[in-house]
Amino acid sequence: MKPDQSALALRGLTKRFDRLAVDALDLTVRPGEFYALLGPNGAGKTTTLRMVAGLLRPDAGSVSVLGIDALADPVAAKQITAWLSDEPMIYDKLTPLEYLAFVARLWGIDPAVSEPSARDLVVSLGLEPHLHERCEGFSKGMRQKVALAGALVHDPRLIILDEPLTGLDAVSARHVKGLLGERVRAGCTVIMTTHILEVAERMADRIGVIASGRLIAEGTLSELRQQNGRNDTSLEDMFIALVDTEAAAA
Amino acid sequence: MNSSADLTWFARHEIRLAWREALAMLTAGRKGRKRTAIFGLIVLAAVMHLPAYAVIGRFADLQEPLEKSTLIVITATILLAWALMLSQAIESVTRVFYARADLDLIMSSPVALANVFSVRIAAIALQVIAMALLLSTPFVDVLVIGGGWRWLAAFGVVVAIGLTAAAVAIAITVVLFRLIGPRRTRLVAQILAAVIGAGFVIALQVAAILSYGTLSRFAVLSSDAAAAFAPALDSILWWPARAALGDGEALLCLLAGGLLLLGAVMAILSPRFADTVVSASASPATAHQAPRAKSFRAGSRQQALRWKEFVLLKRDPWLLSQSLMQLLYLVPPALLLWKSFADSDAALVLITPVIVMAAGQLAGGLAWLTISGEDAPDLVATAPLPTSQVARAKIEVVLIAIAVIFAPLLMALAYAAPLQAAITALGIIVAAASATAIQHWFRVQARRSQFRRRQTSSRFATFAEAFSSIGWAATAVLAMAVPIAGVISGTITAAIIAVTWKISPRRD
Repeated sequence: MKPDQSALALRGLTKRFDRLAVDALDLTVRPGEFYALLGPNGAGKTTTLRMVAGLLRPDAGSVSVLGIDALADPVAAKQITAWLSDEPMIYDKLTPLEYLAFVARLWGIDPAVSEPSARDLVVSLGLEPHLHERCEGFSKGMRQKVALAGALVHDPRLIILDEPLTGLDAVSARHVKGLLGERVRAGCTVIMTTHILEVAERMADRIGVIASGRLIAEGTLSELRQQNGRNDTSLEDMFIALVDTEAAAA
Repeated sequence: MNSSADLTWFARHEIRLAWREALAMLTAGRKGRKRTAIFGLIVLAAVMHLPAYAVIGRFADLQEPLEKSTLIVITATILLAWALMLSQAIESVTRVFYARADLDLIMSSPVALANVFSVRIAAIALQVIAMALLLSTPFVDVLVIGGGWRWLAAFGVVVAIGLTAAAVAIAITVVLFRLIGPRRTRLVAQILAAVIGAGFVIALQVAAILSYGTLSRFAVLSSDAAAAFAPALDSILWWPARAALGDGEALLCLLAGGLLLLGAVMAILSPRFADTVVSASASPATAHQAPRAKSFRAGSRQQALRWKEFVLLKRDPWLLSQSLMQLLYLVPPALLLWKSFADSDAALVLITPVIVMAAGQLAGGLAWLTISGEDAPDLVATAPLPTSQVARAKIEVVLIAIAVIFAPLLMALAYAAPLQAAITALGIIVAAASATAIQHWFRVQARRSQFRRRQTSSRFATFAEAFSSIGWAATAVLAMAVPIAGVISGTITAAIIAVTWKISPRRD
């Protein structure tokens, strides 16, 4: 990887369903950065991230993951990427450990490496008492934690999370935030969408605000405040002002 | 919810839900297809008159006094219809107990739960009867056209047996709850529902094979032995048959009996229904212990995918029972094989199409589970391996399962008739591959729990899969009897597959 290489670079990314969902989006995320992508419902956040994860094919534009053209070589890009959706999709009939072992095998990780890592993840997420129980009886929060462990077990360099804190209690949410913080400190890049603005405010190095499929603001919290012309305003106030302005312009 | 007006309102609500659910099944949940679905249903009903005529047209002229063997055949047919209705009713009751998203709302509302559940029981009966009336209409029409208005009484019999089927289904489910608890009841009731419908026909076939060496169930019903064993002509057992033929007194008794039975079930079980629902909703999935994650430790990524599919299948008895249900139909031909081997009977040839068809149908079901019924589609789609390898691993699972299931039968057949075994094996491979390919071309993202409703996602794929299995079954048997006809049948079936591929949705 070149020193100036971005963890994620989107250029002119476009996707249309019934309407334009993502509109020639340009976005750059730096390596080792915690990037929060905010936006109102239907702004195009999930569509953007699904295109990055290789779950949707864009109509136009390019996606580069740590220097790899994700559209030309999706397998190589997927090898270093993890995706976690807001709806935890796991296998009901597998135990958390079995699920993690399966994910590790899919990513081609040596069991000797993945098994201790899986156990550490399960323990750190508070799932140890349920290690050998099938996931079918798990609450949404527990399922979300298993899915998160699955996203981390293959040691990805780019982690894409769509509303990862939905359904988690305060203690679990703190566990997850701690885990993500550790990954970022270890050099991993995290891109996360969230409607919990306090999380973005406290955890993100930079914040991007997306509306109608376009990036309407981006920067650190203080940069956003400067752009907004009010140094004492909260992220929530800024977000609402930005979205309202965009809606009025549209 | 104390007044009758409130009960009427709730009944309307139930009927509206049932109608929309039925419509969603017909239209595969797509908007704008309502007219097409209704038109299709009318065309299907019209077309169904032809097979109906072929099956029961010759019975239209039946007049009293009837012979015992005729009464046995009509009564057995009504019993079969009743078994199918019972099966549907058990399925509906289980859904009401477990799957309705509105149970929390109803249970938390200030209504008399016994009344609500009485309405629900009545709604189940109504649904079962409506479906049975719909399916029986072409048959009754044929009888009315050929034999006069008296046959309209057959509709009354359908209503009467629908009432009793609903009552018995509810009683069975509640008793199962008491005996084996809510969690097992769900599984047992669903398996029971599936087995009851097929079980009656299969039991008759087994009896026919063991007694007469033929697959025809009529052989047993119209035999002297059955007539000798059957009760006297004035027995109450023949009332349904007599009612269907236009005996008003018998019909009124049947209807009254059905209504009384359902009323009794509603009065006795409705108050307990609420307790049952509470037990069901308070019964979380048990914490199954799995000792180790050994299965996933070794092997390639494709092996991991294959293991995952086998483990998920093995651990879901309901799914396994549903997908293996087709194998029940193999019991009669397997018996026939055994009998034929012992007696050197030429009827052995008949088992080839049955086996080939079962293989095609089973492969279609398994292929839907592995290809479309992926519970973690995002995980598999974001895994670093090409889509083609994922598809290949999943298709391999289907073919391995088919090979394991059918190998013993083929080996037995090879011992008795090697050439037939070779042709049957070829038929199994082609039918399974065709059904799998159709499921692959028409794949959609779905939950495994939607297995029973997989047909609604693409009617075309469903029909193509059925025609493919039937076509390859016919080809296999014709290849042995009249080879040139086998070539023609094979060409037509291959053309059906080719057209299906051409019509299948384009993908990136």
